[in-house]
Amino acid sequence: MTIVEKILARASGQKSVKPGDVLEPEVDVAMSHENAALVINQYDEVFSGTGLETKLWNPDRIAIIFDHRVPAESSKTATNQKKIRNFVKKNGIKKFHDIRSDEGGICHQIIAEYGYIRPGYVVVGTDSHTTTHGAFGAFSFGIGATEMASVWALGVVLNVEVPETIKIIVKGKLPENVYPKDLILHIIGKISAQGANFKVIEFHGDTIENMPMSGRLVLCNMSVEAGATSGIIPGDAETAGYLKAAGVTDKIENVLPDADAKYCGIIEIDASKLEPQIACPHTVDNVKPISEVKGVKIDQIVIGSCTNGRIDDLEIAAGILKGKKVARETRMLIFPASWSIYKDAMKKGYLEIFSESGAIIMNPGCGCCLGIHQGALGDGEVALSTTNRNFKGRMGNPKGEVYLCSPAVAAASAVAGYISSPVKGEN
Amino acid sequence: MAKVVYKFGDDISTDAIYPGRYMATVLPTETPQFCFADYTELNKKLNSGEYPKGSVIIADNNFGCGSSREQAASTINGHELVVIAKNYARIFLQNSINLGLNLITCPDLEASVGDDIELEGKEVVNKTTGKRFGTLPLPEARMAIVEAGGLIPYTRKKVMEKYKV
Ligand code: SF4
Repeated sequence: MTIVEKILARASGQKSVKPGDVLEPEVDVAMSHENAALVINQYDEVFSGTGLETKLWNPDRIAIIFDHRVPAESSKTATNQKKIRNFVKKNGIKKFHDIRSDEGGICHQIIAEYGYIRPGYVVVGTDSHTTTHGAFGAFSFGIGATEMASVWALGVVLNVEVPETIKIIVKGKLPENVYPKDLILHIIGKISAQGANFKVIEFHGDTIENMPMSGRLVLCNMSVEAGATSGIIPGDAETAGYLKAAGVTDKIENVLPDADAKYCGIIEIDASKLEPQIACPHTVDNVKPISEVKGVKIDQIVIGSCTNGRIDDLEIAAGILKGKKVARETRMLIFPASWSIYKDAMKKGYLEIFSESGAIIMNPGCGCCLGIHQGALGDGEVALSTTNRNFKGRMGNPKGEVYLCSPAVAAASAVAGYISSPVKGEN
Repeated sequence: MAKVVYKFGDDISTDAIYPGRYMATVLPTETPQFCFADYTELNKKLNSGEYPKGSVIIADNNFGCGSSREQAASTINGHELVVIAKNYARIFLQNSINLGLNLITCPDLEASVGDDIELEGKEVVNKTTGKRFGTLPLPEARMAIVEAGGLIPYTRKKVMEKYKV
């Protein structure tokens, strides 16, 4: 069996499962953000007319993290957040992260940072980038609010069809200035935005084995942009080390694929030949090597999001921006993915480098990634961003354009004012 | 019989169906006003009733890709639009089934804006051209939810079994 088949077999009490089987797996972590307001609504609906009091299956397995619109951008959001806070209090939900600098951040970053995740877990989240946690060898996928209400009530996901798995083997050392973001953009460009629809992507190969958790999170995060139900990476020493550092004390048990696991496709990629990649407007699979898009003038540079707002990303950007200025006709926004990253960046001096360069340091959260809160584009403006989506309207304006890239390309382009290679002498 | 009021291409994202900037609005009763908000004409005609309930929108591959926002399903549901696409993105498909939205998978459909469409059993009939097209059924695993009238009644039944009422 593949990793996900093994996880689903365990979670539904079966010896073995195969693609197409329909199961009701038990859930280990059920995560929501501000859309918990709708989940609460649907959850109340489930119980209405039954004569039963509402009852959560297990409040300790529920996580709610405010990130999409923090602090609230409107009275509507603030009222939703208030409703959620009351619900959290009433139901004793402990994995709750409010708008605070001692616990806040983007949901996917918090789940990792706080060690809420383990290899082999079944994780659902009311967010499509819940695929991120596959980086820990968990089966982690996005669901809608009504489905989450069902999970809150029953503790299982109803009618899960065992997905097929595509195996992607990545070999070779990523060249200097080429990062996991470039690798995943390349993969999405290659297999298309629907290439993995209803399937899981299992990542293998020495490039992955040598990749730190921060990079693995990028790969699994963006797997959904190829349509994948989840990305997944076999747990190893890196996984255990990360969780230990996050304060996890229980024994980590990795779920690994069988030698004779069946895959619906196998793709091999030579990472050593990659150059920085750019996803061009308005689809994530419209990927080109940077040499083909160099020189596009940029109005707004964004570094942040659940894809590339981690300390390594800020370190790369700080390294490039040190002693330099953001180009006069370009503005740069930096959204660390969590407050602990923000504070780490403060200690390491990155925030000072950014503010000296003219970049704006925003509060941790989703920021302008989804176009609702801070950093909207003007008509005809162009953004270059380390986030994960460039759909029309994504950054708050259907008349704007978004290009996606690695933090290194973002920082180098901020200095130049146009899409620019981080490789020295190649601008 | 209903008219095709809009024809989309591939990869129509949930940002196109229900832009992120309206995400603070969550209730299914309130989301319909922002349906395809960035397609200004379409949005206007849906809200004014010029395109009546039951109108058909057609799309190519991967309709509903992107975020898990359920508003994308509830906003279309509010206008009772019939969606016919070649195929759908996973979470959007599931959300639609959960809310009882009528999604039709028709890989070979040929139709233009203004054509009259009728569903006859497992076929989509383009009354304007006279051509008939086969549809693909929903994944079997989802039929139980459809038959129960959506995920809420389906879950309600399970909850009552769980607590034996
Ligand atoms: S940073 Fe962007 S992609 Fe990530 S959870 Fe927030 S809105 Fe979604």
